[in-house]
Amino acid sequence: MPIKRADDYEVRREHLKNLTDEELEERFWALAEKIVDPLVELARNNTTPSIERSVLLRMGFSSLEAKDIVNNTIDRGLMGKGAGNVVLKVSKKLSRDYREVGREMAQGLHWDLAVNIFKGGEK
Amino acid sequence: MELNKNDKINIDEILKDIENYRPRRRGWHWREPVDNLEMGPFTFHDMSKPLKNSYGLPSSKYFGNIDPQPRPVITTEIASGRFEDDIRRMRMAAWHGADHIMVIRTAGQSHYDGLIEGTPQGIGGIPVTRKQVRAQRKALDMIEDEVGRPINYHSYVSGEAGPDIAVMFAEEGVNGAHQDPQYNVLYRNVNMVRSFVDAAEAKKIMVWADMAQIDGAHNANATARQAWKVMPELMVQHAINCMYSRKVGMDPKNICLSTVPPTAPPAPCLRLDLPYAVALRDFFHDYRMRAQMNTKYIESDTREATVTHVLNILTSVLTSADIQSTITPDEGRNVPWHYNNIAAVSTAKQAFAGMDGLMEMLELKNDGYLREKAREIKERAVLFMEEILEVGGYFKAVEEGFFVDSGYYPERNGDGIVRKIDGGIGAGTVYPRDKDYMAPVTAHFGYNNLPDEVKNPSDLIDGCTFERPEKIVYIDELDEEDNVNLRLKESRKYYSREHVKPEVEWAGDGYILQTMFLPVDESTAEVVALEIGKKLGLVDVEVVHKNIMQDAEGTLVEIKGRVPFEIDATKLYIPPKPEVMSDDEIREDIERRPMKVVAGTVGNDEHSVGLREIIDIKHGGIEKYGIECIYLGTSVPVEKLVDAAIEANADAILASTIISHDNIHYKNMKKIHELCIEKGIRDKMIIACGGTQVANEFAVEAGVDAGFGRGTKGVHVATFLVKKRRELEAKGLK
Repeated sequence: MPIKRADDYEVRREHLKNLTDEELEERFWALAEKIVDPLVELARNNTTPSIERSVLLRMGFSSLEAKDIVNNTIDRGLMGKGAGNVVLKVSKKLSRDYREVGREMAQGLHWDLAVNIFKGGEK
Repeated sequence: MELNKNDKINIDEILKDIENYRPRRRGWHWREPVDNLEMGPFTFHDMSKPLKNSYGLPSSKYFGNIDPQPRPVITTEIASGRFEDDIRRMRMAAWHGADHIMVIRTAGQSHYDGLIEGTPQGIGGIPVTRKQVRAQRKALDMIEDEVGRPINYHSYVSGEAGPDIAVMFAEEGVNGAHQDPQYNVLYRNVNMVRSFVDAAEAKKIMVWADMAQIDGAHNANATARQAWKVMPELMVQHAINCMYSRKVGMDPKNICLSTVPPTAPPAPCLRLDLPYAVALRDFFHDYRMRAQMNTKYIESDTREATVTHVLNILTSVLTSADIQSTITPDEGRNVPWHYNNIAAVSTAKQAFAGMDGLMEMLELKNDGYLREKAREIKERAVLFMEEILEVGGYFKAVEEGFFVDSGYYPERNGDGIVRKIDGGIGAGTVYPRDKDYMAPVTAHFGYNNLPDEVKNPSDLIDGCTFERPEKIVYIDELDEEDNVNLRLKESRKYYSREHVKPEVEWAGDGYILQTMFLPVDESTAEVVALEIGKKLGLVDVEVVHKNIMQDAEGTLVEIKGRVPFEIDATKLYIPPKPEVMSDDEIREDIERRPMKVVAGTVGNDEHSVGLREIIDIKHGGIEKYGIECIYLGTSVPVEKLVDAAIEANADAILASTIISHDNIHYKNMKKIHELCIEKGIRDKMIIACGGTQVANEFAVEAGVDAGFGRGTKGVHVATFLVKKRRELEAKGLK
């Protein structure tokens, strides 16, 4: 449950009241940076279905294909590799155009190959 | 396709070949300031480059039809549920000065995990899809050419599909978007980890597209029980989104704070709102301000809303605004009606014009209450952030209900919004990137294990859609039952003159508004008003507004209802518009050669009001152009009128004929005409007659040169006199 608390501004502000306006502003932005830094790190090192779909869209897949490819990527435990990466690696292996191969992957094809490629430790 | 002022924008034309349409530019457009702008009789100090085509405020006709454009970009929010009808609304808004079209999404789109395709109908907004965006951007490209200023197109990069939507917007030339992960967390209950991870990617894409970003902090105003108490928290929310965006690489000049003056009269709103506005601009001077109008305290009274909104503009003028958003005055009673978008845009335009140059005369005091209060708000915000870090960071603070608490922080009322780190929609859908994670596309945020030789990740695929738009896959429609083609089959006829029906949202919706005063108490008035609506033949009648004038004496009521019929305008006689010259042109002609008229009400007719309106300078009559008028009074015999005209060597006779039984008015006209022939002056004497029952065609048939009916103004008569005299001059008769 969120807490209830009376306004204790006068007590809490003791350490702020002698700061100049400039010092207060600097403090404000330093705190903002401290709050967001761990969030940015989180974003840097994680991905989501939406991010992976956005990658596939940029690669030239339709929204429907992107959704199917990402769902398959999740089912095969390959999200950590990146869905676009998976499509690209499979198409390389097959020596075929990545968009054709991706469309087939949206239909459920080539996924055993995908798993093999990445489980094989290929970078 | 070029638009013609007198033709409707053609939806079928827009949809034609839409699969191949590419936006012609990217990025946001700010208005171009002009110093010391000369317009009409004035010099403006705070205005921007004028438009090529626009409608000025109604009173602009007194000032040479000027339409000064304020410096802030002016926003209008459009949300009818049918994008095809919204396009026409956009055009109307642009002609009145809007250059930021914000498209509201349909209820539920935030929770749609992916892109919606096609053109389904929405509720309280539209499903934002590629086809819809492309069609509207295409229409706006035409509209901006027509008005002569780039128009910013905007919607939302939020919900569960933020990065998907960001990509589609970047591809389709969308210029601005709301993007703030806190909005997802607090108001849409999307999992907070997912929201922040998604947001970084979405923002990075927006950076590539040079889109303006607007945050979501203002929603705390609308949600908190006492809106003015969340001011410290608002600064914290702004700071989190600003800093997060910058860390992703966004230019602060594209980061806009969505800020609303929190209160409205009868609260002493400026005393509360102004210190906050000052505090915000103190801390966020590197960023842009998107000033929104207050919605929290808007009820069904459009007049009350408008006054509050003017005070909001005053706050913008006293501080600053880069974008001035507008709220329609009817937002408290229904989904905005299109003409109210124009009302809201006009409110902003009018207020800014009226306050032009104000800050050259005034300045905000540098000490006293204003600065003390601003400092206090800033300190409270700093304390808020200190406590976020004390409890273990942002996610912990949200779990502990720090946000949207109605207390004036550090006061806490225990009513904040609580979200759990493993809760919400999309929980458990965040995946750590492995060492060999890779994404071969432009504008991807975060860790990307690219081969060493690769400069741009999309080189790996020979360019992504951002470099090679031909790779974009366009989907037309997915739903055979719910799409624009089917809707147009029903509504297309309402775009024609054969099937005219009132509308406020959609073509042919039939809605009209009726205002009435009923001399009874409120409860009775409400029931009576509904009954009146039904007896008028309206369907779906609803009371949308009431205001007690006095409990026993009566109530003002407004009802809305649908008209169940349509009118075929092609079967009606539409009188041609009277030609009107500009005041300057008329004056010039009279200066060139003075003009004299003899005027009177003829026959046994004591009516004088109409003629005096046409003549008197104080009613805007023809005297104001310097035309000399000899007024003979009422019940003037026709002979006397003609004789006086000869004696005075007048250019024209103006006769007023109100009484019309037995066609006496036309008979008198004929008499004047014949008498002038008899006296040998007809070919050089101009004769014009007026009256409530006079029609030009019958007057001309009776032998005079022109007839003027109800609604005639001095300028119409003056225009006629000047034109007719020029004609006679050309024939050598003058």
